[in-house]
Amino acid sequence: MAERVTRELFLGEGAGTGGGPHNVQVNMGPAHPAMHGIIRIVAELDGEVVVKADMEIGYLHRAFEKDCEAGPYNNAIPFTDRLNYVSPLINNFGYCSAVEKLLGIDITERCKYVRVIMSEISRICDHLTCVGASAMELGAFTVFLYMIKAREFLWELVEDVTGARLTISYGRVGGVRADLPPGFDLKVKKAFGETRQVLEEVHSLVTRNRIFMDRMVGVGVLSAAETVAWGITGPLLRAAGVAYDIRRAQPYWAYSKIDFEIPLGKNGDNYDRYLVRMAEMEQSMRIAEQALEGLPGGSIQVDWEGRAIDPAAYVDRGKQGKTEGLLLVPIKLSPNLLGQDRAAHARMDSGDKRVTLPPKETTYGSIEGLMNHFMLVMDGYGIRPPAGEAYVAVEGANGELGFYVVSDGSDRPYRVRCRPPCLPPVAALPRMIEGEMVADIIPTFGSVNMIGGELDR
Amino acid sequence: MDGDAILARLRERLGARVLHTHAQGGDHTAVLTREAVPEALAICRDTADLRFDLLVDITAVDYLRFPGREDGPRFEVVYHLYSVPHNHRVRLKTQVEEDDAVVPTATGLWPIANWLEREVWDMFGIRFAGHPDLRRLLMYEEFVGHPLRKDYPIDRRQPLIGPKV
Repeated sequence: MAERVTRELFLGEGAGTGGGPHNVQVNMGPAHPAMHGIIRIVAELDGEVVVKADMEIGYLHRAFEKDCEAGPYNNAIPFTDRLNYVSPLINNFGYCSAVEKLLGIDITERCKYVRVIMSEISRICDHLTCVGASAMELGAFTVFLYMIKAREFLWELVEDVTGARLTISYGRVGGVRADLPPGFDLKVKKAFGETRQVLEEVHSLVTRNRIFMDRMVGVGVLSAAETVAWGITGPLLRAAGVAYDIRRAQPYWAYSKIDFEIPLGKNGDNYDRYLVRMAEMEQSMRIAEQALEGLPGGSIQVDWEGRAIDPAAYVDRGKQGKTEGLLLVPIKLSPNLLGQDRAAHARMDSGDKRVTLPPKETTYGSIEGLMNHFMLVMDGYGIRPPAGEAYVAVEGANGELGFYVVSDGSDRPYRVRCRPPCLPPVAALPRMIEGEMVADIIPTFGSVNMIGGELDR
Repeated sequence: MDGDAILARLRERLGARVLHTHAQGGDHTAVLTREAVPEALAICRDTADLRFDLLVDITAVDYLRFPGREDGPRFEVVYHLYSVPHNHRVRLKTQVEEDDAVVPTATGLWPIANWLEREVWDMFGIRFAGHPDLRRLLMYEEFVGHPLRKDYPIDRRQPLIGPKV
């Protein structure tokens, strides 16, 4: 059992401890600003002390798992964007990895590195949002603004690669949608420089700040044993001193080739969770930098030499039957298809014809490519893994993000189960806040980093 | 401990109550009788060389329309376990019929089982015997049916519940 932090209460006669008949029931949320609009805490108060709390979730339930069953495998990818909408790339890749395991295919080395880079950028965004928002709820509005500024730099990177900021749909079964854009490494360097500066500023603003520490130290404590019993993973578990990180324990993609540390806390309170998240951001930047350095497959600069031809004109020539030599003509694709040329495709996608769409030059330029394309997009065809089941866990920003996919051999998943990393901490929240003050709910709830899209699915 | 050894240990302890084991794609799985579930979970958690201290997930699958399994037990309840000290995983499953969809609860072993089982009840209508507080988790109290069952149509609409007039 956790060591509870007891405090001297100066609330007068009858208030503070044990006065059953005077208890008041208070609703926090779902419209409370600190509850992010999608969760309700029914707290029974004795004076200012929370005696009992019950959580009500489900306000953002969108039938994610049911929707996944309704369409082909790749159709679930946009839904996964909306699980943890602060770090959607990790969800994309996690789901794709589960389907890849079901299919028994491997992805290219370069794609593994790209997934690592993009996951780590997402993780930083997630931690920035969590730390920024919970600091704001404690009155440190400046921290929030600084951190959102840093997140903006990172989202620009995400936008560069995926074309979107939030609903990115970048993962594909067997690869990713497109290769990294030219000059990406330089942009990452710049954005990380800015982020590091922000982290330093935030450290100097709040890490030893009296008010911040008073609200965070010793609040929301869960011991290591209890944290494990509640199924909590990720930063909350590491803040309690348990070094469980899937990137290290059961390395996937390219994590085994990368050197990084797992920041650990000691006390399992809100302050340690804050410190762990701050340290993890630095580690994530290290990982992304190493992955960019070790990125296999040569330069990511794409050089367009020779005769460029507009894609529309290219299609027209194909329609007229002028296909002779067409495959040899280098074409410039429209900007939204950047990184999908044949060379990039070979580097990024598994090349398994049962799984990945052929490059657009091949689709428009040869009958085999066109047939391959249709076999993957027609109703009733598409990706058809053998009947069976697979569970894949990746380290999401909040902890173990698992996908359990069952296939019946058709082109649609029979069942997709998402193991949401923020459900266990929310379930354990009453345990963390019972016996503490009403005002302690706010930093504790902030440290849990509840993400409604993933919690309610 | 590797997956095969874990399954062997379970077979040794539970005997014929382990109906079937497999290791598809490296995920070691044991299918148990329903009655063996609490004991199996306790063995997994408490045996020194198994020590599955983290209950990762409880979920279910409705096999109503699964080709070749239409006649078998309708539901399968799936437990995913992970061991932090030993760094290994296992998946336990048990099958239940539709007209007797009850599984013993795991809330006595892991507190997180409370919410996970509530979600399975909510989505599939599988009851957990001995659960202290089996309410719906994601849907609202007045919701009729269990949405993740295969015979629940995806486009069914139910009235939104407002204040009573």
